[in-house]
Amino acid sequence: MAETREISAARRRWMLLAPALAILVFAASGPLLIVIMYSFLTPGDYGGVIWSFSTDAWFNVVAERDFFDETLSFSDAHWSIFWRSVKLSLMTTAVAFLVGFPTAYFIATRPKATRDIWMLLIIIPFWTNLLIRTFAVMEIIRNEGVVNSVMIGLGIIDEPIQLLFTEFAITLGMFYVYLPLMVLPIYASMERLDFSLVEAAYDLYASRWRVLKRVIFPLVKPGVIAGSILVFVPSLGAYVTPRVLGGGKQLMLGNLIELQFGQGRNWPLGAALSITLLAIVMIALMVYVRSAGREEVSHG
Amino acid sequence: MARSRSFDVRRQAGFPAVAITCFILLYLPIILLVVYSFNAGKSIAIWEGFSLQWYVSAWENEKVQDATIRSLIIATCASVIATSAAVMAALATTRSPKFKGYSVVFAMINQPLMIPEIVTAVALLIFFAMIKVATGYTGLWYLILAHSAFCIPFAYMPIRARLQGMDLNLEQAGADLYGTPWRVFRRITLPQLWPGVLAGAMLAFVISLDDVVITEFVKSAGQDTLPTYMLGQLRRVITPEVNAISTVLLAISVALVIAFYLLTKSGKPKQGDVQ
Amino acid sequence: MIEIQNLTKTFGTGAEAFTALSEVSVTIRQNEFFTLLGPSGCGKTTLLRTIAGFVDPTSGTMTLDGADVLASPPYVRPVNTVFQNYALFPHMTVAENIGFGLEMQDRPKAEIKQTVGEMLELVQMTPLANRATSEISGGQQQRVALARALAPRPKVLLLDEPLSALDFKLRKEMQIELKRLQSETGITFVFVTHDQEEALTMSDRIAVMNEGQILQIGGPKEIYDHPAERFVADFIGETNFLEAELVSVDGEVAETRLPSGKTISTRAASGRAGAGKVTVAVRPEHALLEPPGALIDGKLENIVYFGTDTHYHVMLDGGARFVVRRQNQPDAVEAYTIGDAVGVSFNPGVGQVLRD
Repeated sequence: MAETREISAARRRWMLLAPALAILVFAASGPLLIVIMYSFLTPGDYGGVIWSFSTDAWFNVVAERDFFDETLSFSDAHWSIFWRSVKLSLMTTAVAFLVGFPTAYFIATRPKATRDIWMLLIIIPFWTNLLIRTFAVMEIIRNEGVVNSVMIGLGIIDEPIQLLFTEFAITLGMFYVYLPLMVLPIYASMERLDFSLVEAAYDLYASRWRVLKRVIFPLVKPGVIAGSILVFVPSLGAYVTPRVLGGGKQLMLGNLIELQFGQGRNWPLGAALSITLLAIVMIALMVYVRSAGREEVSHG
Repeated sequence: MARSRSFDVRRQAGFPAVAITCFILLYLPIILLVVYSFNAGKSIAIWEGFSLQWYVSAWENEKVQDATIRSLIIATCASVIATSAAVMAALATTRSPKFKGYSVVFAMINQPLMIPEIVTAVALLIFFAMIKVATGYTGLWYLILAHSAFCIPFAYMPIRARLQGMDLNLEQAGADLYGTPWRVFRRITLPQLWPGVLAGAMLAFVISLDDVVITEFVKSAGQDTLPTYMLGQLRRVITPEVNAISTVLLAISVALVIAFYLLTKSGKPKQGDVQ
Repeated sequence: MIEIQNLTKTFGTGAEAFTALSEVSVTIRQNEFFTLLGPSGCGKTTLLRTIAGFVDPTSGTMTLDGADVLASPPYVRPVNTVFQNYALFPHMTVAENIGFGLEMQDRPKAEIKQTVGEMLELVQMTPLANRATSEISGGQQQRVALARALAPRPKVLLLDEPLSALDFKLRKEMQIELKRLQSETGITFVFVTHDQEEALTMSDRIAVMNEGQILQIGGPKEIYDHPAERFVADFIGETNFLEAELVSVDGEVAETRLPSGKTISTRAASGRAGAGKVTVAVRPEHALLEPPGALIDGKLENIVYFGTDTHYHVMLDGGARFVVRRQNQPDAVEAYTIGDAVGVSFNPGVGQVLRD
C-alpha cells in the first residue's frame, strides 16, 4: 500500500507542476532550442531565414570575410562591442560593490526596527520600471540637465560636458539600475553576521580596517559573490540602458543582437550572438555555483 | 576622551557617508523626474512653474490610452495565469519530499531570472514569428503568454516562502478531522496561503507592467504597451508628458511594492478574520 | 480494539535507511489509557502517526475493531489526534476549531452547534468560544485541541506529547484533567510521552520503547517494580545494578548468589534458564543501609540531602557503586558519616533479574 500511495502522490505532483512547466516550455525554454537551430541557418534577404545549413553565422560572430577578395579578418566591430560589454559590466559591478558594500553594512548596523525601512528604500527603486529609471538618469546628465547646469552655475565649467551617449553614461545608468541587486544579498549575509566575532577581533588587537578585511569581509563573502553575479549578468545582457544612454553610438551586446533582427536582417547571426551571450552568462553562473558550493563546504 | 566614551564595534569610518550618498543617488533622479512632470513649460530641464497640463495631455493622448489599456490587460491576465500556475507548482515542490527531477523543475521555474532577457526576447521573436506565419493569429495572447512565463518565478517565490513557513501539522490536523485533501486545501491551506498568493500576484503584476525588452521584441505592429510607447518617445523630442506617464507608473509600482512589503512582513494572516 | 502485528517502518533507502519501527506488535484495549513511553527517537511518535494514518508502514498489519485500516487515509479513520503544538487553525475561532471535524463529516448544523457547546462545557472553555486561537493561553489552547479532537467522538484519541509545552503546575493540572476526560468519555487514549513520571501517574498500561522496539508492556507498578530489561529499569526511575549468579529458578522466583557470597531470592521472568551470570536490579528506595555484615558490605562515599529523602552512595566491596534512598524523618540525627564502613541489604523478592 505504501507504493500505490507514493505513485498517486507522484502523479498529483506532476499534475500540479504541469501548467507552470507548460507555460515555461512554450514561452521560455522551448524557444531557446529554436534559437540554437536558427544560428545554423542562412539569413533571408528581408529578415527571417532560408532553410539551408550554414555555419556562417558562428563564423561571423568573431570574424568577417572581406566583400571583394574573400580574405578573413577579425571582426573589429564585434570584438570592440564584446570588449565594451565585458568592460562596462565589470566596471558597473566594481562600482556597485564599492557603494553597495558600505551601504549594506550601514543598514545591517542600524537598530532592528529601522533596518526594514532602509531596506524598503533600497527595494522600491528596484521594483520600479527600469526604463523610467534609465530615463531619469538620462534627464540629469543631458547637456541641459542638472549635473551640467549645476557645474556651470558654480563656474567649474563654461560649457556643458557631453555626458550622455558615452560609455560613462551607460556605466552610470547600469550602476544606478542594478545597485539594489548588489545591496540585497550582501545585506542578507551581513544581517546574519554575529557581531561578537567582531568584538573578539577587536579584543585580539585588530584595527578597524583589519577587522573589516580579516573578519567581516570573509564572513559576508558569499553575499558579495552573489551580488556581483546578480549585477554582472544583467549588465552583460543589458539592452534598454545602453540603447537609451548610449544613444545608438555605444553599442553593447544586447544592442548588437537587436541590430541583427532589425536593420542588419541577419537572424542567424543574431541567434549565434544570443547563444554566445547565454554561454558567457552560464559560465559566470557556474563559477558562482561552484564558489558558493565551496563556501558551504569550508563553513560546514 | 570625550570624543567617544564607548567603543562602537559596529562603526566603520566613512561607511555612513557612502550609504547616505547612495540613498541620495538612488532617489535624486526619480524625484527630479517626478518634479518636472509638473512643469508648466515644454522643457524637462528648465522649471517654468507648476502645472498639470502634461498629465492632461497624456490622458487625452489616444496612443497613451491604448497603450495603458493594453498594459493593464496584459498585466492582469499574465499575473492571474502566472500566480495560478505558481500556486500549484509551489504546492508540488514544498508539500512532498525532494523528488526525482526536482532540481530540473526548480531550474525551469527560475530560468527567466537567470537567462538574459534579450536572449529570451530573441527566442520568442523567432518562435512566435513561426507561429504567426503558421496560424495567422497576431493577437495579444503572444504577449500574455510571454509575460506569464517570466512572471512565474516572481509569483512563485513569495508563495513558496509562505508555504515553507506554514505549519504542516495544521494540514495533518485537518486530515485527521475528516477533511478530504481538497477540503483541507480550501479550508486550511488556502486561507493561510492567501497573503503569499496576493503578494505573488502583485509582484507578477508589477513585473509585467514594467517589462520593456521582451514586449518590444514580441509585440506585433500597433501593440505598444506603456513602456514600449515610452521607449519609442525617447527617440524624439522629449516633453514632460513622458515624465507624467512615468510618474503614474512609478506611483503604481511603489504602491504595490509597499503593499507587498506589508503583506509579507505581517507574516501571519490576521487572526479570526476569515470565516 | 487496536491490533498491531509486526509493524515495521523504514525511512529512506540504502545506506541512509533508518528503521523507526521494527517488528512492533501490541494490542490496545477498549477504554484504556495506554502510554507509549521512551526517549526521543525511540519510534513512539512514528507508531502514533501510523495509527493516525500519517505514516505508511513498510510492513505489518493494523486493525481497528477488527477492520484493516492501513489502507485508509487519515480523513477516513475514526481516530483523532491532539498534536504536540496543538495545530489549532489560526484563521478560525475556538468554536470553529472544535466544530471543524464535525463540519468535515457533514453533520447537520444544529448537531454541530450542540456538540461544540457540549465540548466547550467539557473543557470549561464556554466563555471563550468566539476568541481567536492566538488570544488564549497555552493551557487554554491545550483544552481547545482536546475538545477539537474529542468532538467527533473518535474511537481512539491519540495524544502526541500534549503536555510538554506547558509549565510544571499547569502540566499537573492537565494530567488530572486528561484522566477525568478519559473516564467521562470512555474513549481509548493513546498517549505518547518521554516523561516517565507522567506515564506512571496517568496510564492504565505502559509500553516502554527504545530503538524502534517495544521492550515491555505492563501496568505502571509492574513496569516500575519489575522491569524486564536493563533499559527499562534505567529509563524509569533510578536503579542499582548488581552482577550476580543464578543458582536456581522456580517459576518467577530465582535464587541468586551475590559477589559477597550470600544468596537471596529475587524475581525473574518466568521460563528463563536456571544458570549463568545475570544482572539484578534493585531500586534505591527498596534497599536498606545497615552496619557492616549485611547482604553486601562497602564504604559510604557520599551523602546527598534532597529534602524529602537522603541518598547514600556506597562503594561496594568489589568496586560497584550502590545508592540507597531513605525517607527523611523530622529531627532525625544522621547516624552515618562519609567514610564509614557500612552494609547494604534488601528483602527477598525485591530484586529483579533482568533479561540479557
